[in-house]
Amino acid sequence: MAAAKQPEPDPVLSLRGVAVRVGGRTLWSGVDLTVGAGEFTAVLGPNGVGKSTLVKVLLGVLPAAAGEVRVLGGAPGARSGAVGYLPQRRSFDASVRIRGVDVVRLGLDGDRWGIPVPGLGRARRQAARERVAEVVELVGASAYAHRPIGQCSGGEQQRLLIAQALIRRPQVLLLDEPLDSLDLPNQSAIAALLGRICHQEQVSVVMVAHDVNPILHHLDRVVYIAEGGAVAGTPTEVITSETLTRLYRTPIEVLRTSDGRLVVVGQPEAPALHSDRHPEPGTGGGGHVAG
Amino acid sequence: MLLADANSPVFSWNLLADFQEMWAYPFMVNAFRAGAIVSVVCAVVGWFMVLRRQTFAGHTLSVAAFPGASLAILVGVSTSLGYFGFCVAAALVIAALGRKGRDAGAEESAVTGTVQAFALACGYLFISLYKGLLEGPTALLFGSFLGITTGQVLLLAVVGAVVLAVLAVIGRPLLFATVDPEVAAGRGVPVRLLSALFLVLLGAATAEASQITGTLLVFALMVVPAATAQQLTGRPGLSLLLAALIGLACCWGGLIAAYYQPYPLGFFVTTIAFTGYVLAHLGRALHGALGRTRGSSFGLGGAA
Repeated sequence: MAAAKQPEPDPVLSLRGVAVRVGGRTLWSGVDLTVGAGEFTAVLGPNGVGKSTLVKVLLGVLPAAAGEVRVLGGAPGARSGAVGYLPQRRSFDASVRIRGVDVVRLGLDGDRWGIPVPGLGRARRQAARERVAEVVELVGASAYAHRPIGQCSGGEQQRLLIAQALIRRPQVLLLDEPLDSLDLPNQSAIAALLGRICHQEQVSVVMVAHDVNPILHHLDRVVYIAEGGAVAGTPTEVITSETLTRLYRTPIEVLRTSDGRLVVVGQPEAPALHSDRHPEPGTGGGGHVAG
Repeated sequence: MLLADANSPVFSWNLLADFQEMWAYPFMVNAFRAGAIVSVVCAVVGWFMVLRRQTFAGHTLSVAAFPGASLAILVGVSTSLGYFGFCVAAALVIAALGRKGRDAGAEESAVTGTVQAFALACGYLFISLYKGLLEGPTALLFGSFLGITTGQVLLLAVVGAVVLAVLAVIGRPLLFATVDPEVAAGRGVPVRLLSALFLVLLGAATAEASQITGTLLVFALMVVPAATAQQLTGRPGLSLLLAALIGLACCWGGLIAAYYQPYPLGFFVTTIAFTGYVLAHLGRALHGALGRTRGSSFGLGGAA
C-alpha cells in the first residue's frame, strides 16, 4: 500500500478504458487499472467472464479492442523479458523424468539456440547455476528441486513453476489461477509466498483467481470483472454491496464473516453462454463465495 | 542364414580376437559402422520423442519406411532413397495435418493412425506388384545387416550428422517447448515450427533405423534406450548421453550375437534393449524402496 501512495510517474501496468472482443463478442469493456511496483493485484469474477483474457492482453498475445494498455511504459509484449508468466495450472505427470531444477533453468535460458561450447562461458554457467539455486531457495523448494518434477506434489510443482517464472527477475508476474486444484493449506502457503515475493522483491503480481479468500490479506488491488463491465480499486472499495450491485445491475449483498471472509450473496452465476467449470454446490440461490 | 553352416564361427570371449575375426569381413565392418551411426542418432532423437510422447508418430513414420523401401525396389532405385523420402514425407504430412491448437493430442493420434494404415497398405501393394526375386517383406519389416554397402554407410553418416547438428542447435528450445509449451511460447520460442522440424528429424532417424532393424523393430533403437536412460537419471544431458551409449551397446551387442548365432539381428538388438529396460526399472524400484525406508526419518526431520 505504501508503494501505491508514492507518486508514480510511470506505473508498472496501466489500462485506460480497455475493452476486449473475442470471436466478435465483447467480453468486457471499460477496464481502468493502474498497478505500481510491488503491488499485489487480483483479477476476480465469475468463471468464463474473461479473466484469463485480461492476462493475455497484458502479455500482448491478444490486442485490446479499445482503450490503451501500457506495460512497463511500453506496448504489451514489448518487454517480455521483464514479465514473468505462469499459465493456468499445468501439472507434470509422474512419468516426466526431468528434475525440478532443470525446469526452473529452462525459464532462464530455455529459449536460447545452440549448445554451450565446453570450456567457454564457464562463468556464465556458474552464474546460471547460482541463480537457479537462489530462486529455488526463494520459493522454498530446495528440498525437492533435484527430484524429477513428475514426482513432486501439486504444491511443490507450483512453487517450482513460480521459481521458473521469477528466474529472470521480472518486474511483473502474471499468474492464471495459480491456486486452482491445490488443497487449502497449499493455497494459503502459495498465496503467502506470492505476497512475500511481491512486497519484498518489489515484483508487481497480477493474479487471476476465483476465490479471493486465500489471498485477501495480501492484496493491494482488486479488479472485479462482470459481464460487460469491470471495477478496479482496493479490496475494501470494490468488494462492497454498492459496487457489486452497480456492476451486476442486480441487488447484491457483501457480508463479512467473523473470521474476515467475504461472502457475496445474490450474485448471478456465470454467464449462461459459458459452461461453468466449477459448479458450486451449497451456495444455492445464486450465492457465491467471493471473498 | 549365411553364417549358419557347420563351421560357423564360435565366440571366444576374447573380444579383441572376436572383433578382429568379425572385422575381417567388409560387410561386418559396414554393419558395425552403420549400427554405430544409427544407434546414436536414434537414441538422441528417440530421447526427445519419448519426452514429447510422440512414440505413436515415430511408429507411424517407421511404418512409412515400408512402402518407401518396397516402392524403391519396385521401380529399381536405391532403397535408401525410398526410406528417407517416404519417412520425411510422412513426417511433413503429420506435421501439416496435426496439432492445430494446443492439446490437440487426440486429433494428432487420429491423423497419425490414418497415415499409418495407408502407408502399410501401400507397402503391401508394392510388394505384391513386385514379381521379381524378393524374398518377401521379412527383411524390410524385421531388418537385416547383410549387404550394407560403404555408400549406404556414408549416406547414413551424412544424414545422421545433419540430424545431430540440427538437434544441437534447436535442442534447448525444443526441450523447453516439450516440457512447458505455453511458457516457451510466451518466451518467443516458435513451438509449432519446432514441432514440425522435430517430426522431420524423427522421420530421418526412423528411416535410418529401418535400414538396420527393419521397420517394425525401430523402437528397439528409438524408444528403449531413451526410456531406459530416463529411468536411470533425471538430468537431461546425462540422460541423453546414457541413451546414446545404451543404444550403441544394444546395437553392437546384437550384431555380435547375430554373427555367432543363426538367429535374426532384430531379435538380438530388441532383446538386449528390453533386458536393459527391465533391469533399469527393477533397479529404480529397488532404489525407490530403499529410499523410502531410509527417507522416512529424513522426511520427519524436514517437516520439523
